[in-house]
Amino acid sequence: MALTHDDIRRIQHLARLELQPQESERMLTQINGFFSIVEAMRAVDTTGIEPLAHPVAAFQDVQLRLRDDVASEPNAREANQRSAPAVERGLFLVPKVIE
Amino acid sequence: MSLHDLSVAELARQLKTKDVSAVEAARHFLARATAHDDLGAWLARDEEVTLAQARNADERIAKGDTAPLLGVPIAHKDIFVTRDFPSTAGSKMLEGYRSPFDATVVRKLAEAGMVSLGKLNCDEFAMGSSNENSAFHPVKNPWDATRIPGGSSGGSAVAVSARLAPAATGTDTGGSIRQPASFCGITGIKPTYGRASRYGMIAYASSLDQAGPMARSAEDCALLLSAMCGPDPDRDSTSLDVPAEDFGRSLGASLEGLRIGVPREFFAEGVAPDVRAAIDSALQQLEKLGARRVEISLPRTELSIPVYYIIAPAEASSNLSRFDGVKFGHRAKQYGDLLDMYKKSRAEGFGEEVKRRIMTGTYVLSHGYYDAYYLQAQKIRRMIADDFQRAFKECDVIAGPAAPTVAWKLGGHGGDPLADYLADIFTLPGSLAGLPGMSVPVGFGEGGMPVGLQLLGNYFQESRLLNVAHRFQQATDFHAKKPEGLQ
Repeated sequence: MALTHDDIRRIQHLARLELQPQESERMLTQINGFFSIVEAMRAVDTTGIEPLAHPVAAFQDVQLRLRDDVASEPNAREANQRSAPAVERGLFLVPKVIE
Repeated sequence: MSLHDLSVAELARQLKTKDVSAVEAARHFLARATAHDDLGAWLARDEEVTLAQARNADERIAKGDTAPLLGVPIAHKDIFVTRDFPSTAGSKMLEGYRSPFDATVVRKLAEAGMVSLGKLNCDEFAMGSSNENSAFHPVKNPWDATRIPGGSSGGSAVAVSARLAPAATGTDTGGSIRQPASFCGITGIKPTYGRASRYGMIAYASSLDQAGPMARSAEDCALLLSAMCGPDPDRDSTSLDVPAEDFGRSLGASLEGLRIGVPREFFAEGVAPDVRAAIDSALQQLEKLGARRVEISLPRTELSIPVYYIIAPAEASSNLSRFDGVKFGHRAKQYGDLLDMYKKSRAEGFGEEVKRRIMTGTYVLSHGYYDAYYLQAQKIRRMIADDFQRAFKECDVIAGPAAPTVAWKLGGHGGDPLADYLADIFTLPGSLAGLPGMSVPVGFGEGGMPVGLQLLGNYFQESRLLNVAHRFQQATDFHAKKPEGLQ
């Protein structure tokens, strides 16, 4: 099953990526190239097989860990904002969201 | 013997006996890194930072501290975040990024006394098999500068191979330690998934990403791995509750009676004759050491390619959604509203392969396709893991090539991503199952390029793998060979 230009347009919006027309043309060809080998996978009979989301689950029970709800980190606002693109008075700046 | 020819173990001994100081060692390797900058292995070095760490190690030595790796230099793949060096993941998205903390693996190695020489080049966000996806510059293979070093830990493999560092950290998601180790003639190991903390490893595919050491010998890898592993329960939810261990404890044990499983699918057509010949003579050498060859089957080897390239991009599309140009990373100069800012910042910050994987991942997770692709891939992932358990009933370790060919030429795949994906065939199955695996140099193929033997073990069998590699290295000298022209 091949992807279409409409699929690429839909996915790039979901992925929050603005692709140039040439780029999305190339992307379509390459992704379809990859999906040519995916067909073999779709043909496999997996009836009754439990999906393996996590390799550890293949050899032991995975249990979600809980820890006490206590602060373990000191305030490191300055260090955390050191690489932010736009900061003012300790706040991250973004374009206006609410009119 | 020059300092850069010493093994990690020997350098540690000389530091302990004060035949050399940590500062001298650090200066020596920094000078060497500068002299070989044309290889493109580095993304960041900072003499002041390195020498301060070295002085600190010398003080610890003077006080009688006997930490096993005290004062030994190491360099980190730029996937690990570091407080003292920029951390980019090989991406323009993170150019100049300074992490407020050190990755757990980096911290543990620093606590063991290792001195960091800086950060090593890699494929952008560890996505690639040739290091050509680095947003900054490609890396050249020291055995032949017209060839790729492999990827994604290409800078790490080159730094060790060209003796710019005695050891390096790497990460392996689908073969990113084993394949470059094979292409550059060095030794590298990826432990059982969950052994080494993922905290501070810039995430690509969380159910596959695993850190490991790259060095020249199995003995060195064992020393480093022992310092890198251990539980990190508060910071990595998938860190195993398994205590750190001395992975070198069985080095030197006899291989008498060891059953080596040779998967018939790893010798199918498509494996280059030079690689086949080198692997075959390595297996004969292991037989001489007492091991027994058993033919096994891993019937879903080929399927591991689509399965991996569905699962890893799916996880990547989710992990990389954090790069939105708000809290860190690149932000576009010109944009309209918030949505436009996200789209433009991500379009400008990510390279082509990263975008391709985000797109593929988004697609297979999207409504209407999830079951057919993502869930189906996870089911076959289970079948692949089960295949290994069946195989390990008949053998103790599995051996075969790490890659179907030796390192190809820079640009050799002509920008065809599928050609890169197909070349990952032998490392992907072990990754999907979460098994420990390594690559050991066992000979040379076309163009005098190194060939690596891949060894795969059952869960938690790292020390057994390291021993097989060590016994092989005691009997041969492939791991001691150095690229021609390098002093």
